[in-house]
Amino acid sequence: MAVEIRSELRFILNGKDVALRDVAPDHTLLDWLRLSRLLTGTKEGCAEGDCGACTVLVGRLTPEGGLVYEGVNACIRFMGSLDGCHVVTVEHVAARDGHLHPVQQAMVDFHGSQCGFCTPGFVMSLYALWMQTPHPSDQQIETALQGNLCRCTGYEPILRAARAISSYGGTEKDPLLTERATMIARLKALRDGARVEIADGKHRLVVPAGLDDFAGVLEATPTATVVAGSTDVGLWVTKHMRDISPVVFIAGLDELKSITVKDGTVSIGAGVTYSEAIDTLSQHIPALGPLINRIGGQQVRNMGTIGGNIANGSPIGDTPPALIALASTLTLRKGSVRRTIRLEDYFIAYGKQDRQPGEFVESVHVPAPAAAEKFAVYKVTKRRDEDITATLGAFRLALAADGTVAEICIAYGGMAATPKRAFAVEKALVGQPWTEATVEAAMEKYAEDYAPLTDMRATAEYRALVAKNLLLRFFMETTSSDAPAQVSRYEAA
Amino acid sequence: MNKHTPDLKAEKIEGGVHASIRHDSAHKHVAGSAVYIDDITEPASTLHAGFGLSTVAHGILKSVDLSAVRAAPGVVDVLTHEDVPGVNDISPSYMNDDPVLANGKVEFHGQPIFCVIAETREQARRAARLAKIEYEELPADIDIWDLDVKTHRQVVTPLTLKRGDAAAALESAPRRVTGRMRLGGQDHFYLEGQVSLAVPGEDDEVLVYCSTQGPSETQHMIAHALGVPSNAVTVEVRRMGGGFGGKETQANQCAALAAIAAKKLNRAVKVRLDRDEDMVATGKRHDFAIDYDVGFDDEGRILGIDYTFALRAGFSADLSGPVGDRALFHCDNAYFFPHVHAKSAPLYTNTVSNTAFRGFGGPQGMVGAERVIDEVAFAVGKDPLEIRKLNFYDAMGVEGDRNLTPYHQKVEDCIIQRIVAELEESADYAGRRKAIAEFNAKSRIVKRGLALTPVKFGISFTKTESNQAGALVHVYTDGSVHMNHGGTEMGQGLHLKVAQVVAEEFQIDLDRVKITATTTAKVPNTSPTAASSGADLNGMAAQDAARQIKDRLIDFAAESHQVPRDQVVFLPNRVRIGNAEISFNELVKKAYMARVQLSAAGFYKTPKIHWDRSKGRGHAFYYYAYGAACSEVSVDTLTGEYIVERTDILHDTGRSLNKIIDIGQIEGGFIQGMGWLTTEELWWDGKGRLRTHAPSTYKIPLASDRPKIFNVALTDWSEAYEPTIHRSKAVGEPPLPLGLAVLHALSDAVASVADHKICPRLDAPATPECVLMAIERLKAARANPGKV
Repeated sequence: MAVEIRSELRFILNGKDVALRDVAPDHTLLDWLRLSRLLTGTKEGCAEGDCGACTVLVGRLTPEGGLVYEGVNACIRFMGSLDGCHVVTVEHVAARDGHLHPVQQAMVDFHGSQCGFCTPGFVMSLYALWMQTPHPSDQQIETALQGNLCRCTGYEPILRAARAISSYGGTEKDPLLTERATMIARLKALRDGARVEIADGKHRLVVPAGLDDFAGVLEATPTATVVAGSTDVGLWVTKHMRDISPVVFIAGLDELKSITVKDGTVSIGAGVTYSEAIDTLSQHIPALGPLINRIGGQQVRNMGTIGGNIANGSPIGDTPPALIALASTLTLRKGSVRRTIRLEDYFIAYGKQDRQPGEFVESVHVPAPAAAEKFAVYKVTKRRDEDITATLGAFRLALAADGTVAEICIAYGGMAATPKRAFAVEKALVGQPWTEATVEAAMEKYAEDYAPLTDMRATAEYRALVAKNLLLRFFMETTSSDAPAQVSRYEAA
Repeated sequence: MNKHTPDLKAEKIEGGVHASIRHDSAHKHVAGSAVYIDDITEPASTLHAGFGLSTVAHGILKSVDLSAVRAAPGVVDVLTHEDVPGVNDISPSYMNDDPVLANGKVEFHGQPIFCVIAETREQARRAARLAKIEYEELPADIDIWDLDVKTHRQVVTPLTLKRGDAAAALESAPRRVTGRMRLGGQDHFYLEGQVSLAVPGEDDEVLVYCSTQGPSETQHMIAHALGVPSNAVTVEVRRMGGGFGGKETQANQCAALAAIAAKKLNRAVKVRLDRDEDMVATGKRHDFAIDYDVGFDDEGRILGIDYTFALRAGFSADLSGPVGDRALFHCDNAYFFPHVHAKSAPLYTNTVSNTAFRGFGGPQGMVGAERVIDEVAFAVGKDPLEIRKLNFYDAMGVEGDRNLTPYHQKVEDCIIQRIVAELEESADYAGRRKAIAEFNAKSRIVKRGLALTPVKFGISFTKTESNQAGALVHVYTDGSVHMNHGGTEMGQGLHLKVAQVVAEEFQIDLDRVKITATTTAKVPNTSPTAASSGADLNGMAAQDAARQIKDRLIDFAAESHQVPRDQVVFLPNRVRIGNAEISFNELVKKAYMARVQLSAAGFYKTPKIHWDRSKGRGHAFYYYAYGAACSEVSVDTLTGEYIVERTDILHDTGRSLNKIIDIGQIEGGFIQGMGWLTTEELWWDGKGRLRTHAPSTYKIPLASDRPKIFNVALTDWSEAYEPTIHRSKAVGEPPLPLGLAVLHALSDAVASVADHKICPRLDAPATPECVLMAIERLKAARANPGKV
């Protein structure tokens, strides 16, 4: 079936319709806002999605036909991913008569700005939070602000402001919410079912019309860079100035956004973001909720996908060790041909995965642990939130009726060139009684499984020591103990 | 915003001194309409810069082939050291060791070698990667830990402080401990990176918009590099997106390059570093290696001490001399050392030249003091807080013999005893100490720790000539006021405080005083906004300017109404002249009609201070600011991860000019100090490459790193001992070392794994790794006592 092709990108910026025919595949939203539109309220602080000074809202239609606004990092957001979206910048937050929005007025009254450079980003993150959760807890505020750095205030006044926003006005008067129906209609009108294709001879940008179209495009152009959330590929451009063309943007494909639960297995489409996945995953596998909330900041979780976290094959991706310990499987697709493999078999070596040219990750299937099984995942970093893993360990344990280890599956990130099972450790545990003596003996086996490296995140010695100690933590948490086996900022839910 | 006509019946003006007023730009900050340098509407055909940086830590430039760079799309020019028309140097200490662009050799990984100028920033950045540079690599010194302070090259003459006979006191002391501490540096991580926009003028003139804390110095450096007199160069800055010392001298390179390119090409040129370049190519807080040898009695009273503070200067002097000096000035923190010998060693290394950072070496000195307190406490088996209190300087008003600093200045205003006593009480130190011991006895893995640490911070530039300031005040015929001074705004609320001083002087509402950009064309020869001195110096200068105008208005009113001068009284928004009252605006209008000058330049210089570096003696500081913090932490002894459970702070800003602004400085300063001492780790690899050069790898605190409970209070009873501006005290730097409470609480938690018998000697930054390794060390030492 022939797909219609449109050579124009269409979206809405603040109140206005935008149609662009001249868009490079690596053009970032931040540069476009600042340089082409002179909307300088949105700032560049790091150009890697870690400081939040560039936070804007992107509103997009959900597969269910709703409209959701999320804070994203404009610095690593490519223009090509905005087709059919509503972009809202800080200039659009105050009322047209100049009256500040409740979020802004609270920030002013509670002295939430000093130098002011990070402030527009904080305003946008708090705006997104308030729209969803008008009366947030401190934990919710802190989680929403993990992706926003402030160097002046120490955050306390920003927290005070965040707690007070709703006392300045309710969401019922907020323009983005009162105009929601109109905006949904406007965004739907932009959806013409066409493939967007913009090329200038040297560069090519494709937004496929649907999943089958994507499969066809990628099969025909196997060298294309597939971009879902751009939380990794964005840095290839901003930091390394790599040429990523041709690019296929898949964030808008509804068919890759499905989350289904069948026979205790959660299947997640490759286009599902962390933010979209967290509720279902937490419900079926509670330990994954806190892990997801320690991946990047909220803006990164709003863009980044679990599919992307797997597909790029990083040894320090946070979801693969957890999903490997859960015995997850992966469906890959090339053209119309699908195959399903064990997730752990996907990671072959550093920079090498079991993915053929023209093939893509379509979905991952995560079996929830059985009721009697114990599962935990521990991420250790220099800074607790929004930091990249030094060592991450995931453990799934089934005990036999006699208290011996019937099955244990252990996988780590940050310890090898790929996410990797601890087979020697597992072997030392299986069949043994689940006691501290067994665990201590097994801790000696780590050296057979891993020879970690030293880098800016941790030394090899620290990684090796912590990896072992995490097994002890797992033992303590799975056996009765009154005293806590780890520190925690928040009371257990 | 002109909101209303002034209230002529008001009992008090709106926004005078001591009022808690919000930041003047808050509305613009939240609306995204506050203009930073990169937001200024660019002149037509503005060009943009990209940098070519050294890829070796130390080497001879054998060949620099820029042909591919020049041929790249959009490239207009490529600047090398040969394009510097004046002197290829921006050394703030006039050592001629800070080239604008490298000439013949490179001395650190990331040193700028050339600068591409192109039509767009993207083109410039891409072109910069096309250079072909050959180096002859030379041996490089990266870390200072293993350098010999006696023989290694120092970038400036070190300082020695001595009082009494430290060697003899150490020999005769009943107890003695020696040790060494590693203390990391810190990146400023201002959210707005270095940026300058230069607009060429006629003849030799150039106007440079620059994110700088020191517009005058930036002006002088540009003139120096351009080879033109200072009067040809104007530097302007309305606000910075954070400075913290990182834009005191480090703004000069971008500014000089923008100006050089703009004059050469006769087009406006913007130079903006991206985050990675900013972190790699501009200086940071100095890391230190601190050697100490302390003698004390069985009670824990310090008798004599010998310190060496080695600091990583980097490849040039920059401000390393005075930073090392200030470390020595604060090696006593709030403690009296009867006999002391302390020396600095600013060591040459093949790393970026380190620079000013909030506290300017002072916090590093205080870290040395607190480590020594810990050592003494563990040696005599007492709570470190007891040792702290035992060693304080004499309190203000006590005529004792424990009040002389290592630099022979008498401490006359010491209020640390009262601050610590009040904080100990309000934070329930004793109760929590007990509760924590009970918790730790029952908790196998998670251990808690508690510490209360004091701060005494000296206020004044030690460079005496920097302790001066100028201001320019105009009153227009409608009674509105234009206020300008030499200080710069980086978020600290300086402009607001100075405007409050002017409003107070004229007794007019604050919104009648217009805050304007700092420019070298209005107030010349200013000092950088640094050393916490902004409000002290510029507030006084602005007050002087306002008083001159006010004096003239009084003369005019007295004469025109035929009343004595003392019958002219400035009331809120009005003036009483004899029995009549007229509005301020009306008086101004009449004064203008009578040809009274309504503009004045104000000036201030700090009295009393003097400092003789060669002798190590003087009255280096006008006064001291004090504070204390009490922190509690939880530590995971399996991973070293930790949580700050609670922090209580009591801090002294004298009679605060603006309490809410001061509290903001204290909260933010504490968190910044905590970050420095905990998660902010600078990490160089074996080739001298900084590998923590962006927020993905360099971890400043987040909202979720704040203490779970955070109580901050001002000492509402204190006022400056000296006649400072409205008896307030400086607040920029002193709160930063309050973060030491977290380091020492971590140390306390670590100590619990060995029953508080062994000093943890916890280095900084105390990352989870550093904490865990200290725990392992203590566990091993407890298991094998003989082997330590």
